[in-house]
Amino acid sequence: MASEAQESFWSGFRRNPLAVSGLALVTVLAAVALAAPLIAPYDPSAIDTFHILEPPSLAHPCGTDTLGRDCLSRLIYGARISLFVGFVAVGIATAVGTVLGAVAGFYGGWIDTAIMRLVDVMLCFPTIFLIMAVIAFLEPSIWNIMVVIGLTGWMGVARLVRAEFLSLKGRDFVLAARISGASNARILFSHILPNAIAPVLVAATLGVGNAILTESALSFLGIGVQPPTPSWGNMLTEGKDNLEIAWWLSLYPGLAILITVLGYNLLGEGLRDALDPRSRRE
Amino acid sequence: MRWMAAAAAFVVVLLLQAPGAAAAAGLDPVGPDYGDAIVVGSIGDASNLIPMLASDATSHEIAGYIYPGLVKYDKDLNLVGELAKGWEISEDGLTITFHLRKGVRWEDGEEFTSADVLYGFETITDPKTPTAYAGDFLEVKKAEAPDRYTFRVTYKEPFAPALSSWSNVVVLPSHLLKGKEITKSPLARHPVGIGPFRLKEWKSQERIVLEANPGYYDGRPYLDRYVMRIIPDPATMFLELKSGGLDWMGLSPIQYSRQTDTRFFKENFKKYKYLSFSYTYLGYNLRSPLFKDKRVRQAISYAIDKEEIIRGVLLGYGVAATGPYKPDAWYYNPHVRRYPYDPERARELLEEAGWVDRDGDGWLDKDGRRFSFTIITNQGNSLRANTAQIIQYRLKQVGIEVKIRPIEWTAFINDFIDKRRFEAVILGWTLGQDPDLFDIWHSSKTGEKQLNFIGYSNPEVDRLLVEGRHTFAREKRKRIYGRIQEILAEEQPYTFLYVPMALPVIHRRFRGIEPAPAGISYNLIRWWVPKAEQRYIMP
Amino acid sequence: MGFLLFLAKRLLVLIPTFIGITLISFVVMHLAPGEPMTIQADFNPKMTPEMRERLRAQYGLDKPLMVQYATWLKGLVRLDLGRSFSADRRPVWDKIKERLPVTILINLLSMGLIFAVAIPLGVRSAVKRGSAFDHMSTVLVFVGYAAPSFWVALLLMLLFGVKLGWLPISGLHSMMGYGEMAGWEKALDWARHLVLPVLVSSIGGLAGLSRYMRSSMLEVLRQDYITTARAKGLPEKKVIYRHALRNALLPVITILGLSVPALIGGSVIFESIFAIPGIGQLMWKSVMARDYPVLMGNLVIVSVLTLLGNLLADIGYALADPRIRAQGEEGG
Repeated sequence: MASEAQESFWSGFRRNPLAVSGLALVTVLAAVALAAPLIAPYDPSAIDTFHILEPPSLAHPCGTDTLGRDCLSRLIYGARISLFVGFVAVGIATAVGTVLGAVAGFYGGWIDTAIMRLVDVMLCFPTIFLIMAVIAFLEPSIWNIMVVIGLTGWMGVARLVRAEFLSLKGRDFVLAARISGASNARILFSHILPNAIAPVLVAATLGVGNAILTESALSFLGIGVQPPTPSWGNMLTEGKDNLEIAWWLSLYPGLAILITVLGYNLLGEGLRDALDPRSRRE
Repeated sequence: MRWMAAAAAFVVVLLLQAPGAAAAAGLDPVGPDYGDAIVVGSIGDASNLIPMLASDATSHEIAGYIYPGLVKYDKDLNLVGELAKGWEISEDGLTITFHLRKGVRWEDGEEFTSADVLYGFETITDPKTPTAYAGDFLEVKKAEAPDRYTFRVTYKEPFAPALSSWSNVVVLPSHLLKGKEITKSPLARHPVGIGPFRLKEWKSQERIVLEANPGYYDGRPYLDRYVMRIIPDPATMFLELKSGGLDWMGLSPIQYSRQTDTRFFKENFKKYKYLSFSYTYLGYNLRSPLFKDKRVRQAISYAIDKEEIIRGVLLGYGVAATGPYKPDAWYYNPHVRRYPYDPERARELLEEAGWVDRDGDGWLDKDGRRFSFTIITNQGNSLRANTAQIIQYRLKQVGIEVKIRPIEWTAFINDFIDKRRFEAVILGWTLGQDPDLFDIWHSSKTGEKQLNFIGYSNPEVDRLLVEGRHTFAREKRKRIYGRIQEILAEEQPYTFLYVPMALPVIHRRFRGIEPAPAGISYNLIRWWVPKAEQRYIMP
Repeated sequence: MGFLLFLAKRLLVLIPTFIGITLISFVVMHLAPGEPMTIQADFNPKMTPEMRERLRAQYGLDKPLMVQYATWLKGLVRLDLGRSFSADRRPVWDKIKERLPVTILINLLSMGLIFAVAIPLGVRSAVKRGSAFDHMSTVLVFVGYAAPSFWVALLLMLLFGVKLGWLPISGLHSMMGYGEMAGWEKALDWARHLVLPVLVSSIGGLAGLSRYMRSSMLEVLRQDYITTARAKGLPEKKVIYRHALRNALLPVITILGLSVPALIGGSVIFESIFAIPGIGQLMWKSVMARDYPVLMGNLVIVSVLTLLGNLLADIGYALADPRIRAQGEEGG
């Protein structure tokens, strides 16, 4: 049964060219981020004031920035930052969302109402306003950014998990577990949760893209990752200041963000289609 | 025939591009025309147009056109009369008697008299007035207005910067302010002035419009209006300049060297450059245990390559600073200890001071603590941000970890500098014409909101600073301030970084701009545009 | 009747949500190191301890937290959001008030643009599923969704503002000569300034909505009644635009409500880039200046706006859906 489902999942996934390209992009990016020290041609923070703002050339395929640092190397290291922020933020969001959604769906009643109201309220805040308000009180740093993005992005997951729980908790296998005397926690975590993983995985994959977008926007505005740490967002800030003379500073980091987010979105959508038998029929 | 026409056009172009007023006057035999407006770009808005209450450059710039002083600097940096047509200094140097111009009127028609100066003086020395400029005036023992057109001040001791201190800030319309609380005065936003321009409109964060004051004693400016547009972002400002929305802005070195070589630019704008009246430094909070040791500060100075900063950040448009003055000032002392880039020497000094990498993590440590500190600087200044990054990079190579934190200006001053909540700071000082540095370096000026915020204290410097401001003889002053420069260079309470060049660019239609030691804006009221080239026709 | 009941229910639900919004904002505000007043008091070096206490009492900071919250809430209802910490010390509401219309205008324009483009695009993709057009628009939609809006803004500024010089790149209207323009010239001037900001702010929503529209339409086209309509020999155009579109639009309206926060959130980005004096720019500036009262005022006002946006979307949904109109049920 399980292997058959896996099989159909894989065949569905494989036949979706967008999903496969998404997976390829994500894999390549992860490889780039992991191997950054090996493939980056220069030290990303090495300043060279004799070669500032040089256009792309053989020596510097993506040009150099206002301090003569090699943009390609910074882009490569920037992938680490973006992916790191994306994964940790989504990890936080998924953990919070899963727990709250599971509790709401499983217990129902006023707990459910309270949690879902909280979700509604949180959804009313334009996320970036809420994040900025909190960041203003804290110091802008990569850690704060990740936590805040995570804590403002769990609502979708919570809704999903809750819905899964609502539909699963009346199923036979849960009832069977309950009759055999399993504890609530056990039922929650070992019986229902594994079944809810698929939609959560999809949401998390899509969430990575969003988190990366948010981080880059915050860094672009100067309240995200701080220099000299190369982040695609703060590289673009420099691009904006030199828009006319150094197009490469604006073009490449933006492309990098685009490709990364695209990769995760395609992968997420592909996973969704492959996991959801209804949409596969399309 | 065609060729001839081309040649004729060439001659005209040559004439148009010939610098200076002479050629312009030759082209326009009728002389200066009235009319047109100049649109200037500014990063920040003004905050308060009562000059003694404001502390930001924009406010002073605008207020300077509305409230002139008793005296002013001319193009060669000599003090000449403004609202005072003359003055006498007593034999003992203690008393200055100003003879004020007669018949000068405030915008509302009231005559300007010695009462206005006296009021300004009394207000600025009132401890209840929140001003940063009381210092020079507290040296005054007695101020009096014997008649409507005479104003006399007597100093406790001879005070060298005395005369220049009357060049701004202090003249206010007493008939509108007397008996009222100055901090609550509507004049903060709706000034009633006496200068070449008066306020027409002030739209917060957008623009400030000044119009020529027809009653200005020295003749109204040729230009009808002076418009300051507030554009917080330098890149946007530059785009505005090119799209015709601005006539005048200060360029960044990158813009100056790389973005102005287009034909369009050459046809429409003229670039200027001169050493600015300012320097940029890395200041250490001397209360912090990290920076108490002189050797540590010297080591950091050795570890920083000033030439690299000038090359990378200023693109060569600046010179290395060796102390708190610019190199072309008469009191500048070139024979002080210098700190050429020498990371080896830096490491030695740090080791002497006890900073060694004991745990092998690449960072120096002492008593189990890593040598790590944060440099704060004001956000939005990419020169300073880049300077900070170069410093960060170079200090990393000697094993010192630096973090950088840009902070918005108001919060930067109020929450960090004024409260002394910083370890190191990259900032700049604007330089006056007088060498007096009492407010910045004297140990009595370390209190809250005072300017010696790094907490520098040296008895010899204290003594020399006092002596310097009570000495008139130029040679003797030069010796005194020369010695101060030696001490500061030895002790490195700041690492003096660079004196940048001012790189203004102005639309070509403006005539009468004459670069001089004082810069270019000293004669703004005599700038003019030939009728045919005027762009903004005022109703 | 059913609709009124529905409306009443929705409004009732709004109340706890509103309270939730204020509660979270209040909590965030009290995250600040120290209390909101210390910062203000510290501005004044002449502040004596007694004066500080008096101010504390005056601001109600000596009262229990719940009382403070109630007081703050009361102020909020009267739109009294305190005074800005910045040099001008203006009431927060004044600052927000003068910037709100611009932000709302741009957001409405973007929303209009999103609808005008996304719906036909989605419908056409769905109807011509598998065609070159469908593939093309799918790719475009994915790219549009993944492209950071500030980057797109930079590229557009570079192209239309710098290289081609067609459009102004900052501000809301020209500065010089604006006062002398005739009414239509002013409108044209505004329009030219608004093109890029509106375009940029709608890109993300455009991609999302057209994707959604496509799948919603596909869903509907699979339904039996469409097959029936087709079988009855109704012209294809009529089937699609009369029968299918109407039903496919329903869930899209819900999405509209949900996309309001993202849209308004985007204001921060494009207002900062294009130097538009709206709420987003105010937010960014107050974050940079740590102007807490303005910050919190912004947060609350913007969330309440979102709440209203959601409500409007709900009402739209109800008006469009005959089932809800009839039963007074709330959807989803």
